[in-house]
Amino acid sequence: MTDGVAPAMFGPKSAARWVGAVSGAVLPVMAVVAAIVAIWYGGSVMMNRAWTLDQIERRGLEMTTMEIVADTMNQERPVLPTPHQVFNELWDTTVGEPIMRERRGELQGNPRNLFFHAYHTLWPTILGFAIGSFLGILLAVGIVHSRAMDMSVMPWAIASQTIPILAIAPIIVVVVSNLPALNNAVDQGWISDDTKLLVPKALISSYLSFFPVVVGMVAGLRSPNASDLDLMRTYSASRGQTFWKLRLPASVPFLFTSFKVSIAAALVGTIVAELPTGARFGLGARLLTGSYYGQTIQIWSALFMAAICAAALVILLGALERVVLKRMGVRT
Amino acid sequence: MHDAPVIEAQNLDLTFQTADGPVQALRDVNLEIGKGEFVSFIGPSGCGKTTFLRVIAALEHPTGGTITVNGMTPDEARKSRAYGYVFQAAGLYPWRTIEKNIKLPLEIMGFEAAEQERRVKNVLQLVDLEGFGKKFPWQLSGGMQQRASIARALAFDADILLMDEPFGALDEIVRDHLNEQLLKLWARTEKTIGFVTHSIPEAVYLSTKIVVMSPRPGRITDVIESDLPKERPLDIRDTPEFLAIAHRVREGLRAGHAYDD
Repeated sequence: MTDGVAPAMFGPKSAARWVGAVSGAVLPVMAVVAAIVAIWYGGSVMMNRAWTLDQIERRGLEMTTMEIVADTMNQERPVLPTPHQVFNELWDTTVGEPIMRERRGELQGNPRNLFFHAYHTLWPTILGFAIGSFLGILLAVGIVHSRAMDMSVMPWAIASQTIPILAIAPIIVVVVSNLPALNNAVDQGWISDDTKLLVPKALISSYLSFFPVVVGMVAGLRSPNASDLDLMRTYSASRGQTFWKLRLPASVPFLFTSFKVSIAAALVGTIVAELPTGARFGLGARLLTGSYYGQTIQIWSALFMAAICAAALVILLGALERVVLKRMGVRT
Repeated sequence: MHDAPVIEAQNLDLTFQTADGPVQALRDVNLEIGKGEFVSFIGPSGCGKTTFLRVIAALEHPTGGTITVNGMTPDEARKSRAYGYVFQAAGLYPWRTIEKNIKLPLEIMGFEAAEQERRVKNVLQLVDLEGFGKKFPWQLSGGMQQRASIARALAFDADILLMDEPFGALDEIVRDHLNEQLLKLWARTEKTIGFVTHSIPEAVYLSTKIVVMSPRPGRITDVIESDLPKERPLDIRDTPEFLAIAHRVREGLRAGHAYDD
C-alpha cells in the first residue's frame, strides 16, 4: 500500500475516532430517540384502540389483533397520532405544498403550507424578541445603577410574569388594535392590515421575552468582582466608563444565555397571542383550527413545526454566541 | 535639601462598621515614605497592611488622623494620577488582549491613540513582554499575567506604584524571578513603591524600608530601614546583613503576636 490521502482518512486511528464518536454521543442519542418513538407508538395503539373497537362493534366486523393494531396507527382523527402520521403531515404540508399560490390574480402565500404559518409566527417572534431584549437590557441597566429602580422595578417585573399570558393577551389585542395612531397609519396606507396584526402579537411576545433578559443582564452587569471595580476606581473612571468598559463586556456571556431562554419564550408568546386574535395565519392559528375540527394530526404537526422553529432560533443564537465570545477571547 | 515625603500618615485611624460591631482596622498609624523608596508592609492577616495601601489609594477613607499623597488628599492624588495599583489577582479583563488591557487606563484618561500605542510598546518592553500584546490573558502564565498587570499600572506614568501581594499566588521560582525583575524595574523607573507581602525574604530582598504590622487593632510595630545595597543579586539573601534584617522582621512579627495567646 502506498502513502496517500486515503490511508490517512480511513486509517485505523480515524476509524477508532469515528467509532468513539458514535458510541460516545450518537448511539445514546439514537437510543433515546428510539425509546421515545417506541413509547409513542405504544401510546398511540392504546389510546386509539377504543375507537377501532367501537367501529368493529358498530359495523359488526371481524378483525385480527394485528389488523386492530394496524388500524389504530392509521386513523384519520386519532386521539394520539403516530410518529409516521405526524411526519407525513409535516412532509405533505411543507415540501408537498407550493409556498405561494395564485389567488384573484395575485401571487400570495399558501395557507396550506406550514412554512407560510411558521413565517407568520416567526416575524412577530423576532420583533417581540427584539423589543423585549431592548427593554430588558434597558431595565437591567437602570436596576444596576439606581437603588430606587432596583427596589421598585424588580418586584413588578416578577409580578408581570405571574399573570397568565392567556388572560392578558386578549386585552392587549383589543387595546392595540383600537389604537387611533395604528388605525390612522393603516388608513394613510403607511402600514398594511397584515402589519397591523403583527403589532399585538409582537407586544405579547415581548411581554414574555423581556423577563429572562432582565434577570440575566442584572446578574451579568453585577458579575465583575470587587477588585475589577476597584481597578476602575483607581483610574477615577466615571460610571459611564465603568459601564462600557467593564460591566457591559462582562455581561455578554450572561446575555446570550438569557437570549436563548428569551427567544423560546417569545415564540410561545406569539403562538399564545394568535389564539385569541382570531388570526388566520400563524402556527397558533393552525393549532386552533386543528382543534376546532378535531384534526389531531394537524395539531401535532404544527406543534412540531413550532419546536423546529424554536430549535432553529436557539441554534442561531448559539452560533452568534460562539462568534461573539470567540472575538472576546473566550478560550475554545 | 530634604525632599518632602511622598506619603505622610499622621495618627491614622480606620474603623469599619460591620454587622458584628466596629472593627478597628488601623490605629494610630504614623509613617513617612520618601521619594524613590521601596517600602514593604508585612504582617499577618488582619494587620491592616492592605487596608493602609487602600487608604493611600483612596479606596478606603480613614475615620481619624490625616494622610497626604504628594502633598494632597488621597482623592486628589488619585485624580492627578499619582499612583498605579497592582492587585493580588492580575485582574486583567479576559475579553481584552494584553495590549488592550494596558490601554484600559489610557482610554479612560483620554490619551490619544498614537500615544497609547507608544506607551503600550514602552511598558511591554519594561516588563519583558514584547510580542505578547496580541495575546489574551488566558494564553499567558500566571507570572506573565502579573507582569502585564504591572505594565498596566505603569502605563500612565504615575510616580507611585502600590502593589498588594502581587506575587502571592505564584510559585517560589516564578516569584524569585519576578522579584529580581521588579528591582530592576524600580531602579530604571525610580518610582516610589508600596508593597504588601506575607513573605519575610521577599520584604527584605526588595525593600529600602520594611514596615512591620500587627493585628487587632492593625498598627505599626516596627519600621526597619534596610542598609542593603541597591544592587541586589538573588544570593544576597544568604549574607549575614540580609539575615540580620530578616531576623529583626521576624522578631517584630513575633512581638506583635505575643499577647494573642
